[in-house]
Amino acid sequence: MSNPERITDIGPPHYEKFLPPVIKDNYGKWAYHEVLKPGTMVHVGESGDKLFTVRAATPRLMAIATIRKFADLADKYCDGYLRFTSRNNVEFLLTDEKKIDALTKDLLDLGYLVGGIGNSISNIVHTQGWVHCHSAATDASGVVKAIMDDLHPHFSNMDLPGKLRIAFACCLNMCGAVHCSDIAVLGVHTKVPSIDHDELPKVCEIPTLISSCPTGAIRPATVDGKKSVEIEGPNCMYCGNCYTVCPSVKINNAEGDGISIWVGGKVSNARHEPMFSKLAIPFLPNNPPHWPEVVEAVAALVKVWKENAKKHERMGEWIERIGWPKFFEIADLPFTRYHIDDFKHAGETFKRSTHIKH
Amino acid sequence: MSDKKVATPLLDKIEGGAWPSFIKEIKAEAHRPMVQDLLGVLERSYEERIGHWKHGGLVGVMGYGGGVIGRYCDLADEFPEVGEFHTIRINQPSGWFYNSEALRTLCDIWDEHGSGLTNMHGSTGDIVFLGCRTSELEPVFDKLTKAGFDLGGSGSAMRTPSCCVGPARCEWACYDTLDACNDITQSFQDELHRPMFPYKYKFKFSGCSNDCVASIARSDCAVIGTWKDEIQIDQKEMAVAAKNGTDIQAEICDLCPSGCMNWDGKKLDINDAECVKCMHCINVLPKALKPGKERGATILVGGKAPIIGGALLCAVLVPFLEMKKGYDDLKELTEAIWDLWGEHGKNRERVGEFIQRIGLSNFLEQIGLEPVPDMISHPRTNPYIFFEDELEDDDE
Repeated sequence: MSNPERITDIGPPHYEKFLPPVIKDNYGKWAYHEVLKPGTMVHVGESGDKLFTVRAATPRLMAIATIRKFADLADKYCDGYLRFTSRNNVEFLLTDEKKIDALTKDLLDLGYLVGGIGNSISNIVHTQGWVHCHSAATDASGVVKAIMDDLHPHFSNMDLPGKLRIAFACCLNMCGAVHCSDIAVLGVHTKVPSIDHDELPKVCEIPTLISSCPTGAIRPATVDGKKSVEIEGPNCMYCGNCYTVCPSVKINNAEGDGISIWVGGKVSNARHEPMFSKLAIPFLPNNPPHWPEVVEAVAALVKVWKENAKKHERMGEWIERIGWPKFFEIADLPFTRYHIDDFKHAGETFKRSTHIKH
Repeated sequence: MSDKKVATPLLDKIEGGAWPSFIKEIKAEAHRPMVQDLLGVLERSYEERIGHWKHGGLVGVMGYGGGVIGRYCDLADEFPEVGEFHTIRINQPSGWFYNSEALRTLCDIWDEHGSGLTNMHGSTGDIVFLGCRTSELEPVFDKLTKAGFDLGGSGSAMRTPSCCVGPARCEWACYDTLDACNDITQSFQDELHRPMFPYKYKFKFSGCSNDCVASIARSDCAVIGTWKDEIQIDQKEMAVAAKNGTDIQAEICDLCPSGCMNWDGKKLDINDAECVKCMHCINVLPKALKPGKERGATILVGGKAPIIGGALLCAVLVPFLEMKKGYDDLKELTEAIWDLWGEHGKNRERVGEFIQRIGLSNFLEQIGLEPVPDMISHPRTNPYIFFEDELEDDDE
């Protein structure tokens, strides 16, 4: 079996060989930066050297045909150097300011919007959805596309009070830190999984399956003479953890699956400490290909924040200042029993004072 | 088969529009039968409002326990080309820097062996190749490693670390995030490729508390740059900013969370002993203000998304650590955590949940750290203290 030529455990290529000379020369010695226009900034070194960055949105799901086009643009304008950001944008790194406009035009002609810097909506970080994930309650790329087809002017302009970070996850696994976003769009399951009792004993380890349930709702059971499990419906919170360890416990459900919306989270420590996103809308229907209810809800939240927040105030900081009752009032959202936490530590979220605005 | 073209009326409806189109991306590779079938499955999901992928199965490359995620289609009879449609994670270079040559090399490999579809990048930071047959995994791996790339992590392993752009292009980086990320990744290759932990363990490296890689929310160990001494002030640039319309009082002083700033219309005074290094003032005035010179990082642990026991933000473990090259202190701390959690953690229990279960005080004692008030938002309010005498009596 052994292969003498087999190379393993080499780790990633060293980043240094991908750094343009201007970065090597000014590494750790940048003096300041300025945002020149939407999607374009300059970093100035202590040496006086300038590095220009043009940022464009990608759909994250990218064809190699597109990556080759980006490589061609990097050759044409940036001596071959480029990078990607933590929010799935591509950044071209230039030393010649005069090339910015031509590069921007080429990107726009190819369909990749330039923006996402400063007080704007940056790219939506998102998950795989129906393109590739087993536990997706909805599609990811499709919902993101529908939302940004509507909100893209806030990517291409810097017309917001502060930064707005939207994240999308297609199930409660929340790949991608949607739990700390200004607006989090989250696929949810709402039905107890169905069980394939014929298949289950063949493909799943029952003890692992039972212990996977955070609420202890899965019990061993014999069904038609076969060893299987049963689920106590009232204790199921539709997390889908059981489905991840056992494909015979089917969480996906065309009727029950939908989308929830959460607000006011952040990861940055600027001003306010990092915060989790909190529930704004418990359930919206899954309505491909345009998800109009979701797009409308997200757009309304952006609008109400834009109109009411002070400069630099993130969604969560604004809500904290005005208070949640006021938020539900001016965002015109119904407050329901689902908004009150009933999981671990729920009591920490109860109001325990008379500080109430009448 | 290769001539068939799947009808996609629903997907076609969302193909246009201003935002970059994932449907166009998929169609750009649709000369491959595999991608035709992917379009067919996706169109079906849009019709039926349900996914058609199955998780699991032990697939991978020889000698590795991770890096490949098994993915199968439950409509394989109808769409056989995506019956096996595995994900390959490839460890990205620090900071997601590339040159055109490296990107073309990756494209050539994926052109020959897979769907031609990627994620740039996955949620954890890897380059993701979407849609590989089992038979093609070894050839892809062979070509990747010959080109200098290696797989990323999956399963109960150290996951692929990631970092912000750091000193490569940011004046706020308080330590070398790219070097630290690369060093940790290279130092723990075995832990990355061969899952042996109770569950996943993620590292993320941010150069300042703006935390551009969301380390505090998305990692088990967040290394966030900070400083100990005074914010560097250029009073001339302060005056320029004020003259150019920045309302220093309203936008800087009034928004400072520790109220440590005073602006008399000409000069900014900062009481640095009160500063919590939040970065707000520096963010607003990058020409006038800079982090101090005595730089390092705060080490925090235990962040995670909700599954299984609820979401957690990272908690402070080391308020200030010098980030000297080699990172011996961070590595020593990491190995102490892995030893303890590796031995006592339950299956699928993240380190943050483990700390909650055994108690932070016990955790600190076991890994050899002294408790300090920077680790808590406030001391306990309940009187049910497990005094150590009691414990020692029990032990004897």
